[in-house]
Amino acid sequence: MNTEGHPARGAAGDATAATADVAREHDGTMVVRLAGAWCLGGGLPAVEPVAEQLRGTRPRALRFDASGLATWDTGLLAFLDRLEAASAEREIPVERDALPEGVVRLLDLAHAVPSRTGLEGTKVRVGLLARAGERTLALLAGGRAVVTFVGQLAMAMGRLVTGRARFRSVDLAVFLQDTGAAALPIVTLISFLVGVILAFVGAVQLNQFGAEIYVADLVGLAMVRQMGALMAAIIMAGRTGAAFAAQLGAMKVNEEIDALTTMGIPPLDFLVLPRFLALCLMMPLLCIYADVLGIVGGFVVGTSMLDISFSQYWNQTVNAIGLLDCLPGLIMSVFFGALVATFGCLRGMQCAGSSSAVGDAATSAVVSGIVSIIVADAIFTVLFDVLGI
Amino acid sequence: MAAHPTATNDAPRISVRGVTMAYGDFVLIRELTFDVRRGDVFVIMGGSGCGKSSLLRHMIGLHEPAVGEILYDGDSFTRATPEHRDELLRRMGVLYQQGALWSSMTLAENVALPLGEYTTLAPREIREVAHLKLALVGLKGFEDFYPSQISGGMRKRAGLARAMALDPDILFFDEPSAGLDPISSRLLDDLILALRDSLGSTIVVVTHELASIFTIADDSVFLDADTRTMIANGDPKQLVEHCPEEKVRRFLTRSAEPVEHPA
Repeated sequence: MNTEGHPARGAAGDATAATADVAREHDGTMVVRLAGAWCLGGGLPAVEPVAEQLRGTRPRALRFDASGLATWDTGLLAFLDRLEAASAEREIPVERDALPEGVVRLLDLAHAVPSRTGLEGTKVRVGLLARAGERTLALLAGGRAVVTFVGQLAMAMGRLVTGRARFRSVDLAVFLQDTGAAALPIVTLISFLVGVILAFVGAVQLNQFGAEIYVADLVGLAMVRQMGALMAAIIMAGRTGAAFAAQLGAMKVNEEIDALTTMGIPPLDFLVLPRFLALCLMMPLLCIYADVLGIVGGFVVGTSMLDISFSQYWNQTVNAIGLLDCLPGLIMSVFFGALVATFGCLRGMQCAGSSSAVGDAATSAVVSGIVSIIVADAIFTVLFDVLGI
Repeated sequence: MAAHPTATNDAPRISVRGVTMAYGDFVLIRELTFDVRRGDVFVIMGGSGCGKSSLLRHMIGLHEPAVGEILYDGDSFTRATPEHRDELLRRMGVLYQQGALWSSMTLAENVALPLGEYTTLAPREIREVAHLKLALVGLKGFEDFYPSQISGGMRKRAGLARAMALDPDILFFDEPSAGLDPISSRLLDDLILALRDSLGSTIVVVTHELASIFTIADDSVFLDADTRTMIANGDPKQLVEHCPEEKVRRFLTRSAEPVEHPA
């Protein structure tokens, strides 16, 4: 009999595998012989075979023999706990006196507080119809939140126009820098490569007609009318939309937004407006920059691989693009900036509770930002076509 | 401006009348009715998760009570117009659990922001007042630090400096000693008492820290998670002896529910 109260953590070297042998005594009791190292790390015998024996001919009592037990930890407790549960099912008395004192104490502790049922966290099975209904309601609530936020933003813009909006001009300057100059490297890389890709795709097709010179038209018009605005917007959705959501989400979790509210400073004016203004101002500039870089990309392909001379490409591009062609891209980019800022800030302000919610907010800001950009782009393109711009 | 403590006025500074707090269908706590006397340090206590912090958030207007109302000097805060509510809020200061300093601003800028919003002081005067408030909480020399550069206890004190920026006559503290070592927590208690004694502020503290409760509280309310309502109201020093609820006496004497081990 082992009277050691604490788990005797022997050296790993002399540990033998844990075993649980079952034997029936003449007096009708069942004895479980525990031997070896009962540690979580070393692998434990299954409970089922032993529990199965209990379900056979009902023994008078369940006893233990722990004389061969080398070391133990909570792995042994888990085994015994399930075994006791199995014997409780058949109302078989359990004699624990042969177990180490520490084991008995911990088992008592585990049963000291009865398990609580009907808690809030309990999972409830929900039918398909109910789930569909819940999703629909959530979708509607989400839509309402967007509309509400846009309305609040419009009111904040109203306060801005009448000079009553309160935010720090230094914040606006920081965001202008962050959404403008700081974004240039990635916009450079992506729009240059988009120009290169367009030129390649175009060249393969136009080559069949010997019309490679029209690569300049294709790249120029595609960049200016569509791709410049689209690429800049998608980059900013991933870069700045996510950043806005994470910043505001962290502020929300840290109660900084509550602190503004209780100071009587509307968070929408103080936090959202400078971000919104910065993106709406910077997006058209980034769009123009992306247009130029895309055309440069096409130019590099055209002059180096398609035998078009510098002046040919230049003249072709200048003739292809009229001033009016720049308008759709610029109009869209202001709108895209508004979309990215709105979703970034909305998801941040909706963030609740924990730090994992901040990550969700950033993800959701990027997803809803990009989806809304593409949808808006399609609508704008049809609209411009109808208007003949 | 803050009323002097000797200027006795028997009308309660804050009245909570039949307030029930609920999130959607889930009723967190119901039928709270109690008064906070002018110049008292009032403690909201109770076990974890019983709605102490939620009650504080209701009192400062971050959540709306589902039923009932909250009055300041007999003036309904719950039913006030947004403008009137802003006016009432301006007389309150809140110290949030983690300080909730605005992380993109230095400590001095944090304290200066409300001053710039609500006073007609010149920028230089604002800076001087902000430095003074930081000095009052023992943060002289840290004016140009960002919240991320200082320790948790310092953040809390800076949060207090910001809460005091406009000399509010009601201060709310959300778990002021959470996460502080015993000495810092004691210093914060002393600061709370000093504020009450010198400025005559009314102070509402959410806490479950016993040492703190007995040091600072003049009056208290005990929220109970099981019955979802308040089960005691009064000076904790009295409650510990005479409260009819065993649960409250056990809480205040730090004695656990006797665990019955099978023999």
